[in-house]
Amino acid sequence: MFKKLLSLALVLIMVLALGAGLASCKKDPDAEATLTESPLPAVELQKDFDIPSDFKVGFILLHDELSTYDLNFINAVNNVKTVLGLTDEQVIFKKNIPESNDCYEAAADLVDAGCKVIFADSFGHESYMIKAAKEFTNVQFCHATGTMAHTENLANFHNAFAPIYEGRYLAGVAAGLKLNEMIAEGKITADKAKMGYVGAFTYAEVISGYTSFYLGAKSVCPTVTMDVQFTGSWYDEIKEKNAANALMDNGCVLISQHADSMGAPSACEERNVPNVSYNGSTADACPNTFIVSSKIDWSPYFLYMIKSVCQGTAIVDDWCGEAHEGSVVLTGINEKAAAEGTLAKLKEVAGKLQNGEIHVFDTATFTVGGQTLTSYLADVNTDAAYTPDTEVIADGYFHESEFRSAPYFDIRIDGITLLNAEY
Amino acid sequence: MQKHEKHTRDPRFHVVKRAGMSRGKALLIRFLAILAALLLCSVLSTLLIGANPLKFISTLFSGSLGSSRRIWKFAKDSAVLLCISLAVTPAFRMRFWNLGGEGQVLVGALASIACAYYLRDSIPNALLLLIMLVAAVLAGAFWGLFPAICKAKWGTNESLFTLMMNYVATYLVAFALMEWTKADGSSTLGEVAFGHLPRLYNEYLLLILVVLALTVLVYIYLNYTKQGYEISVVGESEKTARYIGINVGRVITRTVLVSGAICGLAGFLIVAALDHSITTATVGGLGFTAIMVSWLAKFNPLIMVGTSALIIFLQQGGAEMSTIFNVSSAFPNIVVGIILFFIIGCEFFIHYQIKSRVSHKKGGVGK
Repeated sequence: MFKKLLSLALVLIMVLALGAGLASCKKDPDAEATLTESPLPAVELQKDFDIPSDFKVGFILLHDELSTYDLNFINAVNNVKTVLGLTDEQVIFKKNIPESNDCYEAAADLVDAGCKVIFADSFGHESYMIKAAKEFTNVQFCHATGTMAHTENLANFHNAFAPIYEGRYLAGVAAGLKLNEMIAEGKITADKAKMGYVGAFTYAEVISGYTSFYLGAKSVCPTVTMDVQFTGSWYDEIKEKNAANALMDNGCVLISQHADSMGAPSACEERNVPNVSYNGSTADACPNTFIVSSKIDWSPYFLYMIKSVCQGTAIVDDWCGEAHEGSVVLTGINEKAAAEGTLAKLKEVAGKLQNGEIHVFDTATFTVGGQTLTSYLADVNTDAAYTPDTEVIADGYFHESEFRSAPYFDIRIDGITLLNAEY
Repeated sequence: MQKHEKHTRDPRFHVVKRAGMSRGKALLIRFLAILAALLLCSVLSTLLIGANPLKFISTLFSGSLGSSRRIWKFAKDSAVLLCISLAVTPAFRMRFWNLGGEGQVLVGALASIACAYYLRDSIPNALLLLIMLVAAVLAGAFWGLFPAICKAKWGTNESLFTLMMNYVATYLVAFALMEWTKADGSSTLGEVAFGHLPRLYNEYLLLILVVLALTVLVYIYLNYTKQGYEISVVGESEKTARYIGINVGRVITRTVLVSGAICGLAGFLIVAALDHSITTATVGGLGFTAIMVSWLAKFNPLIMVGTSALIIFLQQGGAEMSTIFNVSSAFPNIVVGIILFFIIGCEFFIHYQIKSRVSHKKGGVGK
């Protein structure tokens, strides 16, 4: 009996201790990031059209809110939903839809539910969205990151993307300034200014992303070099963490990533190495090392898509928003980790990108095999043999996302070393 | 004295096997268990997400039965799951714990799509389909055969071995995708335009009919053939099997070969009838869900029709719940988990009962 009483008392003590622990779980102010205003903020959206009461829109997502990639879409949908005053019944989500015939089935089910326009968020959804578009010709189908709309010639199938390379470039400038600070403080020498980048696949979207990031850094820190480690997966926390650690072991003093998990940022926080993030802020989890993050904001496109359908106007084949119109946004800058004067510099560069004074892929700023590029044929029109078909260099710069929205910059430039290019 | 008492005291509760319960009563218990599970889920949904309990239950049903398209999808998805469940069953009956269904289906799918990818329209579609089928069946069989031979020859642990083979299969697919998309590096194949199974009324009917026919065949194979009998004997006791002259190693190998071959067939059906493409997630865990389907049906192929339908019903109801109530997909998974828990729990109570300790005044007597 005594034992029972004792164990009961112990259990009570533990429960109370847990409660007390949780109650006292206030955030340590020293462990919080202090963010400035954003150098490239989101744009406030306006509702300037009428929405029929029977209007419905459907969204097909590869995963759910647990993935930062899909969460970015969900946040944009909810933003537009609020701005337009849409009800829960008018906005239908289909989450965790794989890149298989399931996507077609989800689209068909959304058509049955009365959706006038259906959006899918993953590259591999494309062929199944096209299949649905061919069957349901009176419904509009929109697809992020896809490449086939401008050659498929279907009136109701459209691709969309945003000039995220400009956001990456700005984030790269912030990284370069940080490297300069480290050099000035004597932490590293100029020839040791090496960044590390965790990528998913050797896919144009990733290559365009890390190259623009690198060029941004190089624009302020000319001696910078970069190692890229691929994981062969869009979401694999352990691989991304291991890749980041391997890069740091290899002498990288700053890390960025194009992969969807917290793997790389958390590895940086553990080792106190500055990190430039992507697709959402990691400032809360990494208050000491987070510098800035860029992402595509899908709200402007969702608004455009819904407005076009409600007004009966055509949606363009291939939509690529403008960075200054809110399609690309940056978070605030973490003063704890970023170099001084980063905000002002980023604002200045953002202005120059907007008015065309500078171009991200200016051929004067990089070489390939020691040579300056004067001509490049990119594979813009998708075909089974991946034939290069379009000249994309003109007026001294590579015209990214102009001939189609999805990135096609896939050149391996000098200064960037791919550690495992087989992915 | 105290020590002595401890030795002789029975546990407060102990589990006793029930002597046969009438079928009607067993069915009634199952029905009540599902009802109780639904009730608990309704209460939970009201408390956690503020859903109207009636709407909650109607949503669960409308996920699978809400429109003719959904009914077809329900039937098709159940058929695919049933096919994989049929595949793992012969090995399970033999107590060969094949956890490699996932990988065996995946290599079957990979073999099929590889044929379509390389042969394209160089041969007539019917011939291509035949080649895809044979390749898938051989690939699936080989994927099972390897662990089976090692088990038969050296007594390796088949659960671990087949589980590891799943990873090999997944990375084989990742490797193939990288090779095929080397030029753009996307690792996304998209739909291959060749090697599509013909439509019979719609995309799904042919697949459903094939799986139903297979169900009957597997049932007959397991219950009315010599090989099926050998499987049962090996499953009951290897020693007995050896004593009556069954070559145990051969039976193990042959049975796993059959399991793997049917897995391959499932892979072929997924590729040729539905996806026309492949990703590392093509099987999407069905190889593991199939284990549950097979167990719930006590390895009886005819009952598996019902258990696979039940699992798909719950999954689709759950997905619809996530859509209608706009909650994270975690909540529907809780619901599905609760319902399965009740079903498995009631199976336990149908077969066993819990008896509490009969108190003994004098230590040691009750022993």
